[in-house]
Amino acid sequence: MSETNQNQAHLIQVDKLVFGYGERLIFNNIDMVIPRGKISVIMGPSGCGKSTMLKFFGGSLRPQAGKVRFDGISVPDLKREQLFQLRKRMGMMFQSNALLTDISVFENVAFPLREHTDMSDSLIHQLVLIKLEMVGLRGARDLMPAELSGGMARRVALARAIALDPDLVMYDEPFTGLDPISMGVAIKLIKKLNDALGITSVVVTHDVKEGASIADYIYLLGDGTVVGHGAPEQMLSSSNDQVHQFMNGLPDGPVAFHYPARAIRDDLLGDQQ
Amino acid sequence: MNWIADLGAKTLQYVAGLGRAGRFFAALTGACLIALSRFSLVVKQLYSVGVLTLLIILVSGLFVGMVLGLQGYYTLVSFGAESSLGLVVALSLTRELGPVLSALLFAGRAGSALTAEIGLMKATQQLDAMEMMATDPLPIVIAPRFLAGFIALPLLTAIFTSIGVIGGYLIGVQQLGLDSGVYWAAMQEGVDFYDDIINGVIKSLVFGLVVTFIAVYQGYFATPTSEGVSRATTRTVVNASLSVLGLDYVLTALMFGEI
Amino acid sequence: MQQKRGIDLIVGLFVLGGIAALVFLALRVGNLSTASVDNAYRLYAEFDNIGGLKLKAPVTLAGVNIGRVTDVKIEKAFYTAVVEMSIDSKYDNLPEDTSAAILTAGLLGSQYVGLEPGAEESYLADGDKIEITQSSLVLENLISTFITSGAGQGAAAQSGSESSGDDF
Repeated sequence: MSETNQNQAHLIQVDKLVFGYGERLIFNNIDMVIPRGKISVIMGPSGCGKSTMLKFFGGSLRPQAGKVRFDGISVPDLKREQLFQLRKRMGMMFQSNALLTDISVFENVAFPLREHTDMSDSLIHQLVLIKLEMVGLRGARDLMPAELSGGMARRVALARAIALDPDLVMYDEPFTGLDPISMGVAIKLIKKLNDALGITSVVVTHDVKEGASIADYIYLLGDGTVVGHGAPEQMLSSSNDQVHQFMNGLPDGPVAFHYPARAIRDDLLGDQQ
Repeated sequence: MNWIADLGAKTLQYVAGLGRAGRFFAALTGACLIALSRFSLVVKQLYSVGVLTLLIILVSGLFVGMVLGLQGYYTLVSFGAESSLGLVVALSLTRELGPVLSALLFAGRAGSALTAEIGLMKATQQLDAMEMMATDPLPIVIAPRFLAGFIALPLLTAIFTSIGVIGGYLIGVQQLGLDSGVYWAAMQEGVDFYDDIINGVIKSLVFGLVVTFIAVYQGYFATPTSEGVSRATTRTVVNASLSVLGLDYVLTALMFGEI
Repeated sequence: MQQKRGIDLIVGLFVLGGIAALVFLALRVGNLSTASVDNAYRLYAEFDNIGGLKLKAPVTLAGVNIGRVTDVKIEKAFYTAVVEMSIDSKYDNLPEDTSAAILTAGLLGSQYVGLEPGAEESYLADGDKIEITQSSLVLENLISTFITSGAGQGAAAQSGSESSGDDF
């Protein structure tokens, strides 16, 4: 019973997730819940596996141990067909935008609709224009992806991610490589879409300021575990050293400035002997 | 003793690679059936794989035919057998030079482009994005390119061979004064439709299959970085060219070995 | 859409060009027009020596190509060569006493089978054997005959070789 109750509140549940490549463990016993209808932000230093976490949500990676549930469905146990069914309920915005380069903006947004629905051309046309209008790019529908600026391409990717009206939208580093104006637009859009469409959003980012400004809830990853989690205000004022260092961008702390090495004295003098 | 272990590891790796290629080929064959029902995707690829390779095929074919005409004439004339020039040009082209050179040019022009294109789509996460949009990229991205290559190469080979024969005609007849009737008659006398022309077409079908498969395979399994894609592109050209030359020997031995 | 139509058109032209090239190869370069004998019947002929006769060599009647050589075997019992010919079934009225000779096109050209019709009322049918044959003229034998037996007996030697097909 309690599990169904939890499912009402949480769209995604991760239990004791363990994963690694070869010897290197990327996730060691991670627990995480993504609340429905909220914006959850997963933060952490580069290379901590933030983006990898999204691959577990989407089912493209299978954990070595532990569970990943989407709306009560165990994602790693699904067959390819079932997984594809589930993925129709998810939208994803990739760090590189991943727009299909050989078709126009319009066709990019129309792509999931054409693939997965039997809608008539005129209906698809209207839907695509509505989605493009939401991101303010209705006028750019005939451009090719190569003709778009970085910020515009990201907005198209966003329109495509929400084309099928998914339950979950995942954003992989949505703020990276954007100029300040585009960044502001992206922040506003993510917030607006989340509220207007009632979707659940997961944002993976290492930009503390932007992440904290849109987050309802923050997970901070590091060294393969959850270092801290909580509402943005809690995180910013956390007394935990690691959380404090990351949230305030301090150069040295529990995450050391120096890559592990022998003592500098030995290194410098050792060669002369 | 280390090199023995290395050799074993390399062998295992190679066999595993073959297995992966086999699985990929099986999946690709299935995907081709789906792609055939969306033929407009194949047409689009026929444009970039076939039409864009046409110019290089035309130019090379013409020059190869002209060189054959020139070399053949001066060799044959010393035996007083220059009347066989048409036969020499046509047989060299239909049996060997047409299929092989077209396939090599195709590997360099279209094969490398296919690998680079697919590799870049992978590097820019376009294939991942399709997967996340619950769409299998195999029938949409890979299979149309594979089919297009398979269809395009025999056509390009036929064009290469024809233009080569015409190149030989230009040199032999227009330039060196051989009789036009003799040129064509010697050709028709000695070139057999089934033995020479159809076998040439069969060769080009096999080459088209192999070159395009290597190209899409290398692209699909490229390391998704700029370095990985450039390496994969190189591998496509090298592997495809070697495969074409090796297979050409095998096919020639099978087809013409008895005579 | 306009652009798509253009690509379709260009690709269509490309495919047509390829097919045209194949047709050109088949008709102009190859000999499809004469090579395919779809409706054919087989005849056999036995020779002492076929010289340089090759598979697919033409079979002619009055200088016109009516078929080709499809197989050459050795008849073990008599040490002779049996030539299988495939004849276009349009020419189904070859008399039973038709003779076959292995001839040379020009002085050093390739060899072919020439048929000479006889006068019988009944015709050769599929699988029949041509009884009267004339072997290939082997140049070396001819020259050595001239050298060893002089010019006077040369004519006799040649008439001997003419009937060699049935004098065993």
